[in-house]
Amino acid sequence: MNIRAIHYLGLAVLLALPAFAGEPKAKEEPAAQEGIQVPKPPFSEGIFPCTSCHDGKQMKVDTKRRELGMHSEIELKHGPDSRWCLDCHDANSRDNLHLASGEKVLFTESFKLCGQCHGDKLRDWRVGVHGKRTGSWNGPKQYLLCVHCHNPHSPHFKPLKPMPPPMRPEQIRKGGAK
Amino acid sequence: MMDHQPMHPQDDGGGASACGSRREFLGTAVAAVATALTGCGKLSKEEFLQHNFRELSKDEIQTIIARLESEYKAKYGKTVKVNNEAAMPGVIFGYALDLSRCIGCRRCVHACVKENNQSRDPEIQWIRVLEMDKEEGVNLQHAEQYYNPEEVPREGHFYMPVQCQQCKKPPCVKVCPVGATWKEKDGIVVVDYNWCIGCRYCMAACPYGARHFNWGEPTMKSADVNPETHYLGNRPRPKGVVEKCTFCIQRTRKGLYPACVEICPTGSRKFGNLLDAKSEIRQVLENKRVFKFKEDLNTQPTFFYFYGV
Repeated sequence: MNIRAIHYLGLAVLLALPAFAGEPKAKEEPAAQEGIQVPKPPFSEGIFPCTSCHDGKQMKVDTKRRELGMHSEIELKHGPDSRWCLDCHDANSRDNLHLASGEKVLFTESFKLCGQCHGDKLRDWRVGVHGKRTGSWNGPKQYLLCVHCHNPHSPHFKPLKPMPPPMRPEQIRKGGAK
Repeated sequence: MMDHQPMHPQDDGGGASACGSRREFLGTAVAAVATALTGCGKLSKEEFLQHNFRELSKDEIQTIIARLESEYKAKYGKTVKVNNEAAMPGVIFGYALDLSRCIGCRRCVHACVKENNQSRDPEIQWIRVLEMDKEEGVNLQHAEQYYNPEEVPREGHFYMPVQCQQCKKPPCVKVCPVGATWKEKDGIVVVDYNWCIGCRYCMAACPYGARHFNWGEPTMKSADVNPETHYLGNRPRPKGVVEKCTFCIQRTRKGLYPACVEICPTGSRKFGNLLDAKSEIRQVLENKRVFKFKEDLNTQPTFFYFYGV
């Protein structure tokens, strides 16, 4: 793990600190977090930091829309006609995302990026109506980032195998019960 | 009959009961006769004479909890803690479920069984997920609880988990002939399993099918027992009593979310204090389209369904 990765991990841990738990808060915590604590973004293994490949030396930045040689596992199903990698990923600062305004956003704050279009969801998410909260109903909570449930490249929530149904009463009588 | 009464205490070997007051003496005698008559051979004298939970003093509760804990230890070979946490002041619990998000994966059903020490064979489940037709809307004539496709959600369907609605006017409480079930100050409807006589009137009265009966001796492997329990909640139950969802009383009275909220992969389940204007439950009630299930029955649930989109 290189230094940058450790830095990000540290940041994620800091963000995860409950804002109102009465513990001394780290001074350098960005005010922009608004007390929202999120776990580490769900990167594919070994993919982050992006600058370990996209360091500006090994490869030239090519902003043209094209079939990529790499990242073939990514299936873009998020408005593919109007959207492309560099609409969200920052071409010059690869370990960041950027908003439509060009303002850089950390991966740990990606909800700001999503909220540009999905503002209603972001509003709901901030107050706990959209998305999953765990922890304590009257104390520190843990939020998930949008991308924990919605793959940003293909955001539709994936179907799941249901867990077993209840036993029918006639099955129980047949000897399920002892 | 009266001739029998003096006989029994002497048969007991004249322990503590024989040298107590007249009241104690009679109590023991009655217990012995009742045991003989009802065939409840397994019931200890203490258990038989135990009062309704709401009438017990703090000391009595502690004694009972100690007895239960030692019984559970003997039965499951591990330490099971029976908690007695009271309702927090200024808290009324509310629950909201997002019908536009639930995909019917039943993670909640099984997390609930694990958390609340339900009987495993046959498995008692406190949450029932209904698969309904989108075309029909919330219509129980078009509801299926045994659905089992490869993947959920199925096209054209939505899913509606039903569990205890913790009604403000609970019909189950109204019909209980012995007062073994009641509504706590924080809104949770609880059962005193030691006071329940198993008449199942409450099950007939509940319009949500939220109450479940232990027809057989509840079965649970020792490894499956959740040792963090509450007297009015998930402590292991005996045969012949009714049980129900308690909003995970053992968790929520400590400030935690219920197990079904914690497990839900879609974040459809919202829980909080109805008296706290900033809680997510209040946000839901104030900003979303909300309905109560079978509202026409005037049971006044504190469990709400809403549409998040």
